[in-house]
Amino acid sequence: MSMTMAAIVLGMSVVTYIPRMLPFVLLKGKELPSFWQNILRNVPYATLGALIFPGVLSFHENIVFALIGAAAAFLIAFTGANIIITVLGSIGILTVLSLFM
Amino acid sequence: METTAVAPSEFKNGLAAGTGIAIGYVPAALTYGLLAKSAELTFIETMSLSIFVFAGAAQYIALSLITIGTGVFEIVLTTFILNIRHFLMSAALNEKAEEEAIWKKAAYAFGITDETFSVAAMKDGTLHSSFMAGLVLISYSSWVIGSGLGFAAGNAMPSVVQESMGIALYAMFIGLLVPSLKTSWKAVLLAGTAALLNCIFTYSDALSSGWAIITSTLIASISIEAANRLRRKGSIE
Repeated sequence: MSMTMAAIVLGMSVVTYIPRMLPFVLLKGKELPSFWQNILRNVPYATLGALIFPGVLSFHENIVFALIGAAAAFLIAFTGANIIITVLGSIGILTVLSLFM
Repeated sequence: METTAVAPSEFKNGLAAGTGIAIGYVPAALTYGLLAKSAELTFIETMSLSIFVFAGAAQYIALSLITIGTGVFEIVLTTFILNIRHFLMSAALNEKAEEEAIWKKAAYAFGITDETFSVAAMKDGTLHSSFMAGLVLISYSSWVIGSGLGFAAGNAMPSVVQESMGIALYAMFIGLLVPSLKTSWKAVLLAGTAALLNCIFTYSDALSSGWAIITSTLIASISIEAANRLRRKGSIE
């Protein structure tokens, strides 16, 4: 491995690990004021919204294809199916669809 | 607490909870391996990034920066900006982490990604390090092995399947979110607001994708909590 590549790997691993690790080491948990604890409890729902949109609209160059995939996942999940069924079902529907497109 | 007694099944629960991630990582990891090969990285370099960094989006972006000859400092800074969102995710998970030795938390913290965070955050109850170990292990294995297979396979993967599998991680995020949407208007409001803000930041090119996710998440989480508090005060007094 070249020195440059080694420096990239090292640098990237350090700056990726530090933000992941610091909160666990610095914060004991539950010592924040309740208002901030509530905000942290809101974070997962907000993050999921931001992770889904707008990314889901552009994972495929055809936006209709992307929207059908998102709608399929939503409908499968809405029936109460577990995550694996939702994932495999959406892939399956898009694979069948792409055979006709 | 009976933490020691439940530890083995917590590990299995973690593995099971991470299965969706493992499936979702396969196409992303294969693609990464393919791109790394076409960016003329060696096998060792390709695997080193996956083994030591374990951050999909950052690795993709690093490949494109390496290809256009960007310097080490810029690549590392871009990675930092992209991944600083994990600070917020770890802070949120820390609130539901069981009290355990710091080194255990510092160890599983290595495996916090958008996906492992989402699954851990939506789990009922507290987070034990055994659960996190299982969740991270299956996700990490899929990412590392997939990267290697992608590098080795060249362009062997049928494009039809590869294109359809692009939905996998989004389907997982949707699958994690929908049960909460059915029972909680607050969850609908939080996810909807953050999604809308992230679309605005992304399409207006106002923020890079890492900052856009953090900013949307923070604005949505804080403003909705503030509104909730005001409303509750109003109804009590």
